[in-house]
Parts: sequence; C-alpha cells; structure tokens
Amino acid sequence: MTSFPEAARVELQNDQLRANLRNATDTIRAKRARVVAEVPDWEALRDAGRAIKEEVLARLDEYLAQFESAVEAAGGVVHWARDAAEANAVVAEVARSHGADEVVKMKSLTTDEIELNAALEKAGIHALETDFAELILQLDGDWSSHILVPAIHRNRSEIRDLFARTIAPGIASNEPAALAEASRRYLRKRFLDARVGVSGANFGIAETGTICIVESEGNGRMCTTLPPVLVTVLGIEKLLPRFADLEVFLQLLPRSSTGERMNPYTSLWTGVTDGDGPQELHVVLLDNGRTRVLADEMGRQALHCIRCSACLNVCPVYSRTGGHAYGSVYPGPIGAILTPQLRGIENAASLPFASTLCGACYDVCPVKIDIPRVLLHLRAKAVEAKSAPAEAAALHVAAWTFASPRRFAVAQRLLAPLARMRVVRRLPWPLSRWTATRDLRPPAREPFRTWWRKRACPPPARRSSSGYTRRRAVRA
Amino acid sequence: MRIALFITCIGDTFFADAGRATVRVLERLGHEVVFPEEQTCCGQMHLNSGYARDAARLRRRFERIFGGFDAVVSPSSSCVGTARELYEMENVFELSELLVRRLGVEDVGASFAGRVTYHPTCHSLRVTRVGDAPQRLLRNVRGLELVELPRADECCGFGGTFAIKNAETSSAMLADKCDAIAETGAAVCTAVDGSCLLQIGGGLSRRGAPARAVHLAEILASA
Repeated sequence: MTSFPEAARVELQNDQLRANLRNATDTIRAKRARVVAEVPDWEALRDAGRAIKEEVLARLDEYLAQFESAVEAAGGVVHWARDAAEANAVVAEVARSHGADEVVKMKSLTTDEIELNAALEKAGIHALETDFAELILQLDGDWSSHILVPAIHRNRSEIRDLFARTIAPGIASNEPAALAEASRRYLRKRFLDARVGVSGANFGIAETGTICIVESEGNGRMCTTLPPVLVTVLGIEKLLPRFADLEVFLQLLPRSSTGERMNPYTSLWTGVTDGDGPQELHVVLLDNGRTRVLADEMGRQALHCIRCSACLNVCPVYSRTGGHAYGSVYPGPIGAILTPQLRGIENAASLPFASTLCGACYDVCPVKIDIPRVLLHLRAKAVEAKSAPAEAAALHVAAWTFASPRRFAVAQRLLAPLARMRVVRRLPWPLSRWTATRDLRPPAREPFRTWWRKRACPPPARRSSSGYTRRRAVRA
Repeated sequence: MRIALFITCIGDTFFADAGRATVRVLERLGHEVVFPEEQTCCGQMHLNSGYARDAARLRRRFERIFGGFDAVVSPSSSCVGTARELYEMENVFELSELLVRRLGVEDVGASFAGRVTYHPTCHSLRVTRVGDAPQRLLRNVRGLELVELPRADECCGFGGTFAIKNAETSSAMLADKCDAIAETGAAVCTAVDGSCLLQIGGGLSRRGAPARAVHLAEILASA
C-alpha cells in the first residue's frame, strides 16, 4: 500500500477535490453541531454508547452465540467467516444456488472491506450498487472516499457528465432531483427482477437475532425486502446485547452522521416471515482481523465504531487530503486506527502518523473512542515493527540530549549560528521539508536558561547595571 | 504563591521572550517564580513519535523534577496536556488557566496597542481545556482590539513531527490558517503554544504577511 504522505501529496494537487470536500464537510459539520446541541443529555448518551460497546466486546463470544441461536430460531441461516475469502465464498454460493447472475446491493462498508463485488464478478455474478453515491462510483470505476458520503469528492456537474456518458444519455440538468430521477429509472426494474439482495448491517441484536439498518434513500429497504433471498454480511463487533440498546444508538447515529434528528429509513428484520419479505435469510458473521483488534486492550475501542463518519468531517487532515489517501474503505481518523489493526501494523505503518493529534475526532465521537490515545499506542507499535534508522538515531540522540541539562545547553549553543539570522529560509534535509513552505523563527539569541542563570547569579561586572539585584531560588 | 516554571524545550530554545514574560507577569502579581535548572523536555515529542522507551525515561525525569511543587506553570498548553492528561500530574498548568482559573486574575495590568486575533491551539482547546481564559485576559489588555479568527478551532497543521513527515498536508492546513489570519486584518496572531506559533509565524513570514505571531505571555507582560 502506498504510504499516506505519498498518497496525500497526489491528492493535495487536486484543487477541485479540496473545494468539494470543504463544502461538503462544512455543511455536515454545521448540521451535526446544531442537532447535537439540542440534546440536553448528549454527553450521557455518549457514555451510554461507549459502555454498551465495551460490554459487547468484553463478552463477545457469549453474545455471538446468543445471536446465532436467535437468528436460527427465527428461520435464518448463520455462516461464520474467518476472512474475506470465506465471506465472499458464502455470498457467491448463495447467489449461484439461486441461479442469480446479478445481486442488488445496498451501501455497505463491510462488503467493501472484503471486496465482495470483485469476488462476485470473478464468479460471474454482477453486484449492482443501488445507493446513489455508490452507483456513481461503480459507473465510473471509482472508489469511496468517505464512510457516509462515498462520492463526496465529486460535485454535481461531474455526476451529470458521468450519467450522460452512461445511464442517462442526453441528461442536461445537474439538479439533484434530476440526477436522482435518472438513477431511479435505471435501478427500478433491476430491483424488481433481482433474486438475491445483499446488505451490511448497522446493528445485530444478540437477544432477538434482529438486524437493523439505517439509511437515507430507501434503496436499502428495497434490497432487503424485494428479492426472495437476502444475504447480510455483519462484522462481529456490530452486535448490541439487547433490543432496548437501539434506543441509545438510534439517537447517537443519525445526529452524528448526517446531522439529522432521525434518519429517513430504519429497517429491522428478524429471521424470515411467511409471505412477507425475503423467504431465505443468510447472515455472514465476519471476523477478518477483528479478533486480533479485540486482543489489544488499548486498540480494541476502535471496534466501538458505528461508522457515523463524524470524525472524518471534523478532521483537518481528511478535509485536505480526502479519503483515498488513506488507502482503505475506512478513511479519516477512524481509518487511521482501524486499518492498521485490521491489516496488521506493518501493512499500514504510516496511517497512525496521518494526524496532528488535534483531538477534534475524539470530541465528536458518539461512542467516545479516544482516537488520539489509540494513535499514540499504534505509533509505538509502528516504530517497533518498522525500523527507520535515520529517524530512530535522531530521536535517540535527542532523548540522550534531553536526559542532561548540560548536554541540552550544549545543543542550544550549537544553534547559535542560526540565532544570529533574522529569519531562517533554508535548512538541510529532513528539515528542508519544513523550510520548503515555511520560514523558521531563529532560536533565541539567549536561551531562557542562560538568561535565568545570569539573572539569578549576575556576573559582578554587570551587577550594577542590571535591574535584577534580588537573588532568587534556582533549585526546587 | 511559589510557582515552578516549566519553560519546555521549544520555549527555552525559541521562545525565551515568552519565558521571561511569564516570569514578569507572575512576579508583577506578587508570586515567586522558581526555575528548576535540571529541566529539559517533558518527552512529548518522543511519545508522539512512537519512541515509547525514550519517552518513559523523559517522563520519569519530568516527574522527579516537577512532582513536588504545588503549582507548575508552562507557556505551552501542549506540554501541559502531556503532563496532566498522560502523566496524570494535577499540579501542572498552562499560564492563562493558572491566572484565570487558579489565581482568579483576569486583568494583569497590561497594555498592548493594536489589533490582535487569537488562535486557540488544539491542545489548549481539547486537551488542557483552558476554555476562554486567554480571551478573558486579552479583553482586559489596554489598547488591544481583539478580533475573532474565522475557523478558529481548526488545527494550524503543526503536529510535531507531522510537520515534517506530512509536510504537504501540514502546509495546506497552514495556508488556510494564514488566510484566516489575513481576513481579520490583525497585526498580531497570538496563542498559548510556542510550537503552533513556530508553524503559524513561519507561514506568515514566508508569505510576507503583515501579521506577526506573538506568544500570549508577551502581550500580557507588556506595559
């Protein structure tokens, strides 16, 4: 995988991308702030959300077994998948067994994570994305750059041009309603013809075996109710112990993600029901690295994530680079802590460093994932896993210097030539990376400690002329 | 009150003026300032860069040197954040929060002519949570016109080694911050962290902007 700094360098060249992102994230950010402010017990809700997720992770084995029994009791079939290949094979086999050469899919990060579409394509099955933004990306061979708004990097004129080339020849308007109508016309018949629907899940209820999805467009409800067969792929961390826990999360999620008090569509289904909806339900419980994350006491809070994307929208790094730079379906701050854990730190070692530790993500996280703290934890792991000899040498020398005030004072004296300059415009590598775009304030001509010492023990010659005659304690 | 000054490695080396100003402000208010000369760095740079063992050694030094004081003051909210939030040392305070929250002072008797905008640094906002203590102090400075900074709570892009490792992203963030400062027409952008002022000041200077980056302590010390 390309390192974050390299990928970001490319993305930063794209002014259109940055403008699109800025507009979109500003809008969602303001909406979120408004609707969160009107909830008097928001902080208590966050605490409750975190506590429930901690409970799930602490007893995940029990809740998974309970969920499996409940789904099966309600007439569903449960499959366990250790990794992407196993999960994809289950979905392909279900589709094949029903003779389907196309499945309709709702927006699902989990199926993006396992690259389900590509796997199905290899099995001769087309996966049709029915979410408006996912459809845009699929038509253009592009990929998601935001958890909630996958085509956030595209504006409406770009979308109109794409539709004109693909599903709606001759479309002239770039109005949202016209673009939505074009996609509706394209999708409707295929919804009705589909034999198999594929979904992800926002929540799975251990107590009842119920699956819950929240969405805005209604395409998800069509995918989960029209085809006679439904396959739901669910990360094992998505469980909630009790049905009543939805009360907390259905308040936290829409306000955090779209800035709405309530999302337009909330679908809940439990197993299969005679004469209503799909008559065959398959639930794929996916690990794909999650148990490895679970084993890390500090890092496991990344599994609390409910994929709201509030952290992306407030992230100063994400809003400059966009999502593609993160090289994963999970971009932004949550991606920076989740991807290295799911894939192994050695495979995404630059991601934990893709943050200024500004803390904006932690403040908005509805389940209080302490992202900055996990970033620090993963940085230490990255340094252990991947040696960078020059950097390590520099930091060890710095630590050695800081271990002694005498050595530190010597280091300060070595900077004296810079201190005589008015402004520092060029420095050698790697500090040239600073001076490429910024000047450096010259070090103080007299470091603070030198001034303090002179003031505390003025040299005799200067004593009379200096204003400081009182002797002050210099040691604790 | 007897207060130990933690100048920080960046403050000692680059912002000695802000250190002297901190001493002046506190002494003017009748407090005794001491400077434990053993001090160097709190270890934040190593901690943030993933060098946990080096950081742990620096942490032990820091705790040994500053653990015994009733109050430690520092002109850097970021280093205070490391000490208080990560090392759990309750006796360490950023200058403005010490003045406003602990000592109950909002008017330090300073005068500073000109239009000033305040950049709330990330760690002062979201780690040490100094709130509006800096603005309260600034509003009481004679002759100072405080103007609001657009998108004030957004990071300037410093982030320690982030500024080097992710230099392009850091610079893109800085460019937006410098634009926001230019919009205010302020002659001075002030903040409570030397590290962020190094970044903002460096950006302003490179583009030849009329605004300068000045540490809050220096404004509070001017008479």
